[in-house]
Amino acid sequence: MSTRLATGGRLTDRDIQVKFTFNGKHFRGFAGDTLASALLANDQMVMGRSFKYHRPRGPVASGAEEPNALVNLGKGVHHEPNQRATTTELFDGLAATSQNHWPSLEFDIGAINSQLSRFLPAGFYYKMFIHPRPLWKHVYEPFIRQSAGLGRAPHAETRDPDTYEHFYAFTDVLVVGGGVAGLQAAKAAALSGAKVLLIEQTAHWGGRAPVDGGEIDGMTPEAWVDQTLAELAAMDNVHLRTRCMGAGVYDHGYVLGYERLTDHAPAKDTPRHRLWRIRAKQVITATGAIERPLSFAGNDIPGVMLASAIRDYVVNYGVSLGDRTVVVTNNDDAYRTALLLKSVGLDVPAIIDARPEGGGDLMQEAIAQGIRVEKGRAIGKVKGSKRVTGVTLCSQAGEGGLLDEIACDAVAMSGGWSPVVHLWSHCGGKLTWDDEQAFFRPDLDKAPISHDGAPFVTCAGAANGHIHLSHTLQDADTAGQSAAQAAGFKPKKSQAPQATAQDEAPLVPIWLMPQGAGYGLRSKAWLDYQNDVKVSDVQLAAQEGFESVEHAKRYTTLGMATDQGKLSNINGLATLSHALGEDIPQVGTTTFRPPYTPISMGAIAGEARGEVFQPIRQTPMHDWHAENGAYWEPVGHWRRPYCFQQSGESVEQAVHREVMATRDSLGLLDASTLGKIIVKGPDAGRFLDMLYTNMMSTLKPGKCRYGLMSTENGFLTDDGVVARIDEDTWLCHTTTGGADRIHAHMEEWLQTEWWDWKVWTVNVTEQYAQIAVVGPNARKLLEKLGGMDVSADALPFMGWADGELGGFPCRVYRISFSGELSYEIAVPASLGRAFWDRLREDGAEWNATPYGTEALHIMRAEKGFIMIGDETDGTVIPQDLGLDWAISKKKDDYLGKRAQERSHMTDPDRWKLVGLETLDGSVLPDGAYAIASGKNANGQRNTQGRVTSTYHSPTLNKGIAMGLVLHGPDRMGEVIEFNTTAGGTVKAKIVSPIFYDPDGEKQNV
Amino acid sequence: MSNAVSALQGSTYDGVVRVEEIGLQGMITLRADLGEKPIATALKSVCGTKMPGQRGIESKGDISALWMSPDELMLLCPYDAANDVAAKLTTKLAKTHALVVNVSDARASFRLQGAGLREVIAKLAPVDMAPDQFGIGEVRRTRFAQAAAAFWLTDDETAQIFCFRSVAPYMFNLLSTVSRPGTEVGYF
Amino acid sequence: MLTLQCPYCGVMAEETELHAGGEAHLTRYGPGSEDQDFESYLFKRENPKGVHFERWRHVNGCGKWFHAARCTVTLEVFGTYPAQTTEPPQDIKDTITAKRPGWSLRNLT
Repeated sequence: MSTRLATGGRLTDRDIQVKFTFNGKHFRGFAGDTLASALLANDQMVMGRSFKYHRPRGPVASGAEEPNALVNLGKGVHHEPNQRATTTELFDGLAATSQNHWPSLEFDIGAINSQLSRFLPAGFYYKMFIHPRPLWKHVYEPFIRQSAGLGRAPHAETRDPDTYEHFYAFTDVLVVGGGVAGLQAAKAAALSGAKVLLIEQTAHWGGRAPVDGGEIDGMTPEAWVDQTLAELAAMDNVHLRTRCMGAGVYDHGYVLGYERLTDHAPAKDTPRHRLWRIRAKQVITATGAIERPLSFAGNDIPGVMLASAIRDYVVNYGVSLGDRTVVVTNNDDAYRTALLLKSVGLDVPAIIDARPEGGGDLMQEAIAQGIRVEKGRAIGKVKGSKRVTGVTLCSQAGEGGLLDEIACDAVAMSGGWSPVVHLWSHCGGKLTWDDEQAFFRPDLDKAPISHDGAPFVTCAGAANGHIHLSHTLQDADTAGQSAAQAAGFKPKKSQAPQATAQDEAPLVPIWLMPQGAGYGLRSKAWLDYQNDVKVSDVQLAAQEGFESVEHAKRYTTLGMATDQGKLSNINGLATLSHALGEDIPQVGTTTFRPPYTPISMGAIAGEARGEVFQPIRQTPMHDWHAENGAYWEPVGHWRRPYCFQQSGESVEQAVHREVMATRDSLGLLDASTLGKIIVKGPDAGRFLDMLYTNMMSTLKPGKCRYGLMSTENGFLTDDGVVARIDEDTWLCHTTTGGADRIHAHMEEWLQTEWWDWKVWTVNVTEQYAQIAVVGPNARKLLEKLGGMDVSADALPFMGWADGELGGFPCRVYRISFSGELSYEIAVPASLGRAFWDRLREDGAEWNATPYGTEALHIMRAEKGFIMIGDETDGTVIPQDLGLDWAISKKKDDYLGKRAQERSHMTDPDRWKLVGLETLDGSVLPDGAYAIASGKNANGQRNTQGRVTSTYHSPTLNKGIAMGLVLHGPDRMGEVIEFNTTAGGTVKAKIVSPIFYDPDGEKQNV
Repeated sequence: MSNAVSALQGSTYDGVVRVEEIGLQGMITLRADLGEKPIATALKSVCGTKMPGQRGIESKGDISALWMSPDELMLLCPYDAANDVAAKLTTKLAKTHALVVNVSDARASFRLQGAGLREVIAKLAPVDMAPDQFGIGEVRRTRFAQAAAAFWLTDDETAQIFCFRSVAPYMFNLLSTVSRPGTEVGYF
Repeated sequence: MLTLQCPYCGVMAEETELHAGGEAHLTRYGPGSEDQDFESYLFKRENPKGVHFERWRHVNGCGKWFHAARCTVTLEVFGTYPAQTTEPPQDIKDTITAKRPGWSLRNLT
């Protein structure tokens, strides 16, 4: 059984007990434990079930690479699936549950898949569920969805109560990884004076060295770590951060750091995670190495663990995996596990060394300790189901013929080490195959390069392939110095620490155990634990023609689980290369992509949630709207009232009331969101003539003119009223959504094409609160306010004037988008609310009625005015909308003119704007198509037009619509049919789009 | 004007730093080729300040000139003086190709006060806020999360920020959110 | 996420402050131009593997459009320069030639 040893545990504090639950059962651990170490200490070996076959699984590792021990963490709103028990720091009250089983972890119906595994090979889903096609939607897909996934997704309605944030950090040198290599690299870089940021994903400094032993500058690794850390902490130019993982390396020195602030201490009132958006001149990845499993039958049975992980649990947490541990290896390093276990009084019945000659000094030491060493041998298979009970011994060179059976309750395996090259590779760093050590290591000559064309990532220590402690520190020192130099600093000449560790004999690559294992063994030899990919699956993929490693990966799902193949990658592609009869470097690796381990969605969102999810733009009258029943409509980032609902009123009723009140007497519209851009200069008139389809240079000061803007490809992009302020100044109104876009459009042409034209622009949209005073009594209200002359003579239709009304400084435009007598009045935004209040109060005698965007839309549609975004959709030219009167024939050029001359644009068969009236008075469905006879090439019904705007007109008490119809203006009075959403059709008559006051008598009084 | 109000009418929040909407602030945009002599002369005679250098600020009395781009200055002055300053500048520059606009109402201004302000800004803006990289008297136009903004430090513990008026509530909430007590980073 | 130095305000801006504007140094064809020229101006864009000239705007910054000479493969930036030019300045071309001998794009070498 796995248990807590009587002593030991350098990371735990035995004086502080920590209570937690697993699957509802109460357990105790110590402060400093991980969830995995605490569960093992309580003999809870099985922590989850595998994805496909639902096999019982215990931890196989002790860190970020763990594929098996994934749990649901937390309850209710704090629930989070797929958390690695090996990296989850224990805290009081932690509640975890296991995943992927039903009804329970111990008894799981899904485990039947394991018995059926022969029938569930790689590609099973692709092959099985393709036929018959109709079954997919109702049978296969629901079934697969039901059984897919590992953890339980949070409930859709839960809201994460935690907070998150981002932090932009800039540094000269970023060191990722706080093991001995990272510490030394940071120190070497920092001595040059460079700013150094050192981040470590765990809560502890020193990495593996304190566990693996050796000597650094005459000290234990632990003592050296403490000393170096103290030196770094004393340097002003160094910043140290634990629980902060280097998640990804991106272009030009951009690195994401994922800091976990409260996962180990949920009570702390700080952001849970902080996403560090780091920009570093140089990045050093000192990310260490990960031990590889060996591929033998039953290598996934709980109790089989990486040899280094078994050491970690003993040294760091004082936890033993079992009483009798068989060690199986192809290298010397695993002997350390045997020696350690022996030293704490545990049994090591045998070391099975696949190398015919065995190992070096470490082997001699083991033999001297009386440990049985079997050279050239292999594990035939592991016995046991939910727990290892023994192993069979066979010859590595053979097919698995039984030589002996060894009873044990744990197996420590080591297939060698692989440098963690993920961060090096994220941004394009290339790898090279190291034949001697049988791993991919960074090819430092092919580093990711930065904006200046120079490399910006380097690697240090084990991550650079220098696994042995005696080389690790020297390499890290070099990396630190060269990074500082590359960042523009002069490194100090210093002596790298002298490190020693026992010499090791070379490893022998072993990709399958035994070498001649038959199908029965190969189909139980796991490569990818989490996704249940076995040696036999990869071989099948090769056999079926998946020669590319990327294809084989997707076919078998090797390396596609949440651990992204940290353990399985090299073993998998070695298996593939063998199956293909090629060398490993020829087959290559799959692509390493960020993040290194999963990061929370909350960290990615940062502070952007709730009221700061997105900027919501508010006009100066926003609060009044909010307090008076505004039913909001988002328009770009603005919020505009769609209508103002009074108590008991439906949205439709409110819109109806607002339209009628405005037509009958007086309406008020908050038009502040309309874009306002000042354009000034000797060339301003010429510039505006290029921008608008019509002529703006001839506009007289004091006058307004409606204008259209096309893009260079001819399509209508914006419209609005232009006022000429003085000889060389114009003010251009844009649509609400168009202000920033049109201002940018102006600046683009001025800066990049006509840079010699003398024109300045300023976007003054938000300088003004603008209120439309609309209706037959509009003038009476302004006259009551008193001040400037707003009579028809002084301020005629399409004129503007500066002045004062009711003591407010204002600019009044006599323009109308409703067909009524109308003034748009701009006052400084700071006075907007006061002016709005004044208009409402003084207008009360005429029932002054604030109206929203829907009433605005209806009234403009009644008048046949187009709306950008309704009548236009990026494919419509002004000519389509019958706006030829607003397209100058005199101008040689304007943006879009050449495009509008293209044959498709001048095609007489383009659909044109008309009005539409249903015969039964109903409202046409928005966007409905007018049907025509016959079918098109795709067998779809032909169409001859579509609805662009459609409303119930309160004024006319019937449905009115505008639409684009084939030869529409020539077909007045004709009845055509439109599809309805209910499935039938509705008949509508083609009419003029101007439904109300066609002669404009009402607006021009 | 007695009833003129700023976007948030002086809202404050006290956290890692004090966040304060500073109320009405006179602001004038000057568009002109800042390298032209008549522009510097007009600036000197109306505002009393020198022409600021790239991303620089020049102040005299209660008027500051902020460099926005090679052809744009933002002039800060008391709110009630803005019309007058703008009119004087316009007159001085009548014969020069220039555009002067009073934009006092188009924006909202905030002040951050406290030792932690560099960190608060570094949570929102992609700017190196290290003291040796971003000094007092440099104006930076950037984004604060999703809103465009400009800011500068007036001393080690005071920053001023402005953004468009319509996003004032967003900016205030944003600054308050990232300066909640307990969110200190300890990087600078 | 790349960084470009704005030649107007001098800021080394990260991509979130910038707005990409497509290929630089296009010649505008207006009314009276041949269909083929206009089509090429409006629609035909180079998509080179290697040296490219692009328009960028420092939108969350000083608002200025500028040009960047860049390698689309390595993301190396050869230089940025003001937009008020119809072709890359000689020093930019020299830099590129030193780093990518024999480069060419459209009629530029």
